[in-house]
Parts: sequence; structure tokens; C-alpha cells
Amino acid sequence: METKMVLTPEQQAILDGSKGETMAKVMKTMVNYGEIFGATKMVPVTSEYGHLVLSFGLMFLGPVFDLYQKLIDDNCLSGQKFTCDPRPYDPAVPQSLIAKGAAKVIYSKQGKYEKEMKKLGLLNDDSFTCTCYMPELGNIPKKGDVLSWAESSAVVYANSVLGARCNRNSGILELFGSVCGFVPYFGFLTDEGRKATWVVKLETTKMPDAQILGSAIGMKVMEDVPYVYGLDKYLGNELDDAAKTYLKDFGAATASNGAVGLYHIDGLTPEAVEFGDKLIAAGAKEYIITDEELQRVKDNYPCIWKDPNATPEMCFLGCPHMSLQQLKDWTEKLEAGLKEYGNEKVSIPTVFTTSVPVLKAFKKCPEYKRLMKTGVIISSICPLMYMDNPLCSGKPVITSSNKLRTYTTARYYSNDEILTMLTKGVK
Amino acid sequence: MTEFKGRAIVPGNGTYEAVVTKNGFNTLASMQMMNLQAKTKCNDQSNPDLYKQILEKKALCLPLTIGSTTGGMFLFAAVKEGKAPSCMLFSQTIDSLAAAGAVLADVWAEDDMPVYDQLGDDFLNTVKNGDKITLKPDGTVIIG
Repeated sequence: METKMVLTPEQQAILDGSKGETMAKVMKTMVNYGEIFGATKMVPVTSEYGHLVLSFGLMFLGPVFDLYQKLIDDNCLSGQKFTCDPRPYDPAVPQSLIAKGAAKVIYSKQGKYEKEMKKLGLLNDDSFTCTCYMPELGNIPKKGDVLSWAESSAVVYANSVLGARCNRNSGILELFGSVCGFVPYFGFLTDEGRKATWVVKLETTKMPDAQILGSAIGMKVMEDVPYVYGLDKYLGNELDDAAKTYLKDFGAATASNGAVGLYHIDGLTPEAVEFGDKLIAAGAKEYIITDEELQRVKDNYPCIWKDPNATPEMCFLGCPHMSLQQLKDWTEKLEAGLKEYGNEKVSIPTVFTTSVPVLKAFKKCPEYKRLMKTGVIISSICPLMYMDNPLCSGKPVITSSNKLRTYTTARYYSNDEILTMLTKGVK
Repeated sequence: MTEFKGRAIVPGNGTYEAVVTKNGFNTLASMQMMNLQAKTKCNDQSNPDLYKQILEKKALCLPLTIGSTTGGMFLFAAVKEGKAPSCMLFSQTIDSLAAAGAVLADVWAEDDMPVYDQLGDDFLNTVKNGDKITLKPDGTVIIG
């Protein structure tokens, strides 16, 4: 097969069938995909681990599972171990009996999916999380590593906070990159593709809510790269736990409310520190963010509860999955809030989501027992998948995740608003 | 009749009815409920142009897709299951997620979904819901 891009002899041989017909189709898919974006070559995947966005055996995705089975049958396995997004259900998360039954039908291919993942190269049974880059998980790419990852929040984090190089790959394509060991060279893999075409100037009077700021920027710049001035004033110039946690939630909102795959924070993220305003492309557009602009964005979120005045019945926090520090911080805040309002337990069923390894680490901390006393449930579920169940989506659920708001019927409130609702009461 | 010329990523040849969004098309938010619907309808609460509109077997006219990286996977599965739009017509250069869906369907599915991009802002300003859209394999799109 002839290609526009220049392939190495090894890559050309694979494309011509040296490793079988299925592997040739995998390579053809990657080449065709790259050529759409003018890729000139395929480059090796250099990270130790991959990360897959597919984590759920949704019955509708049968064709995807059939395709993965075909890869297994023809020995086209991943050349690197990988982590996966979170599982779609957890018996610990409150659900009616009917909803549990519906979940079993909707995710009826979960068993098949997990068997396939193990054969294809799943790292281990605790590898299901959207925040694979947490230290407790260990899937932390190095600066400059070329990745074949999907999961919008993980890709934007890897690119922006870790300085790795990864395009916003779709599910299936990310696995194909790990199977053939190469990805097309374009977009965020190139120096040019990492330049900012938007300059965002923060002119707020206080530190903006990460979720609203990310949402505003995502909706404005869509798939472009923003260079943000003024955030280091609040986050400092070191990528400490607090800054990383903020950027995790900020990035997830930019990626889900828009299609951002890379951002630069002046004075903070690695490439912004190294190159400064040299990262800004000529003719970059400008977006000024004020308190009023953030309020406008928040006020425009639609509420699609059947009854907009309904009393919230459930709360999800942790989309993307919480860090260890977030679990500790929320414990402190909940305890203080409950004490202030004279209550002992949170007012509605509340689920904090985090990965299994982070939960294991949290269980060793004194805050764990204290959080349990507040009535909070900790789960490693994907709240988005929980809400996809039509028998759950009708429930008035609140969240401070802009990603969860975007994809489900959950209603957004800021962390401060939710804290008050959980500790004072929801009425 | 108004004619536009774009890039045929997956060429097609046919006539379809348009459904139009000027907002980014969030594939996951729009299509995640399609397995529970008789005909695929847009489920994205944040997209007033398309919310609750039928997408299946329509010519989906859009600037680009946004949101979750499950996007291409959902498009591929939709094509394989006969639940996808008939074609996707992008005013801008196609994004990486939709491109993945187009290529996956082209290489691995028996039925193609024609995909054209770079049709320009004028295309999206001209086309209206319900318009008749005709595709030619060279990237030409005719409205009317």
C-alpha cells in the first residue's frame, strides 16, 4: 500500500502484511488517520504505560468488543501495559433495585470487556481510573514522552502539567497506537502544534473556581491551545499537590466543555516556565476573564431536572477521580461545616469517587475514619456511567464537576455551595 | 442550489436531509443514549441547536466535534449498528476524534459514513434544518 507519509521499512512491512492482515489494518487505520492531519511520519510510543478511555461494557458498543476480540484472536496485543477509565458500577453506590437491574442490562458486556482488557494488556485489577497519573497509580509519563492515550481529562493533564506529548486520541485509536507501537506525528506531538493560539488574561478579584474557569475557557477556545496569564498569582509557581489538583479539575472542564488538549499556565506549567510567551503563536486571539464573565458562564448552565425546584437527592464529587489531598481537604471541610450547623451526617447520600490505589492510601490516613463518620460513601465508580442509567438520570443529582454536568442531568454547584448543602441541609 | 467544495475524507454519493448545529457537537453527550432510542436523538442538554433532534440517517452539518475521547469509538459503533448520521459535514478542519470515527468506520465497517470537512463558515451559515443535501465524491456539497 502506498502512503503520503514516509514510513520506515519496519512500518511499511507491517502495513504490507508482514505481521498479518489484522495488524496491517491497525497500521492502515493509524496511517489514514495521520494523513488527514498532514502527518509526515509515524513515531514510536515512548511512555512506559498506555491509558484507555473505554472502561465499560455498554451493550451498544458490541462492535468495539468484537473488534478487540479480533485483535486478541490474531495476537495483536498491546506492546505496553495500560490503565483504563473507571468501571461503570459499584454496589456500594446507592441505587434502587430496578436501577441495579437496568445497569446489569446496560453494561451487560462488562464481563466480556474486562476479560478482553486483561488479554490485551491491562496493568492490574486496580487500574481502573481516569486519574492514572496519580502517584498511587504510577502511570506518570515523563516530560517529552510520546503517548498513545485517550480520556480527555488525562490527555490534557499529561500534555499540560506533565509536558508529555499526546494527541486527543479517540478510544480504539489509543489502543491501536499501543498495539503497533507507533503514532502519527502531528498536532500536540510537534513543537508548532503546542503553540498557543489564544491568550487568556485573568482579571478576577479572587481565585476562580477551577471548574468554572476551565468551562469558560473550553467553551471559548474549543480545540485551540490557550496560554493563561494571571493564574500563577493564585496557584504559585510550583506544581505542588494543590496546584496539580486545581489543574486536574480545570483541565477536565476545558476538555469536556470544549475540546482542549493542551493549555499553558504562565509561570507554572513546564513548557510555560521553559519558553514563556515564545509559546504564543502570531495572531493569537485574546479572552479576558473577569468575575462577571465567570458568573455569566455559570448562570447559563441549563438545569434539565424534570422539576428544576426539586430537592437534591444525591451528590457526586470526584469527576475526574479525587486525589488523596482532595479527600483529606473535603474531610476537614465537612467536619467543620457539620459542626457549624449542628449536624452529624451529610444531608443527602454523597459519593466521593477516587481510584482504588488512592482509596487504599486514604484508608491509612486518620482522615478516613473521620470521613466515614460523616456518612460519605467512597467509590471507584465512574459517576458519568452511573448517571447514564435512565433510572438514575431522572434523579436530582448535584455535583461540582463540570464534566459530569456536561454529560449527564447532574446539576452544577460550586464546591462552597455544595459544602453548605451537605452540611446545613438541602432545603 | 448552492454549492460548496470541501475535502472528502470518506467520499460519498447521495442525497440526505440536513440537521444543523453551529455549536461543537459533543459526541458522547449527544449519542450516549442511542442504544435506548428507537432512532438516535441528540441528548446533549448544552446544545440548543440539536437537543432532542433526530440524528440518525441525517446529514449532520457541524463545525467540529468536542468533548470525551470516546467520540470516535461511539461514531464507529453507531455506523456498525446503523444508528449513525448518514454523513458528517464539517465547516472546519475535522477534529481528531471525529477523524478517528471516520477512519475506523472506513477501514473496519462494511458500511461507510461519508465525511467531508473544510466546507467553510459560509456553508454552516447557509444550510438549514431540513435542507436537501447532495454529496459528490470529489468533495462537492450541494444544498437544495
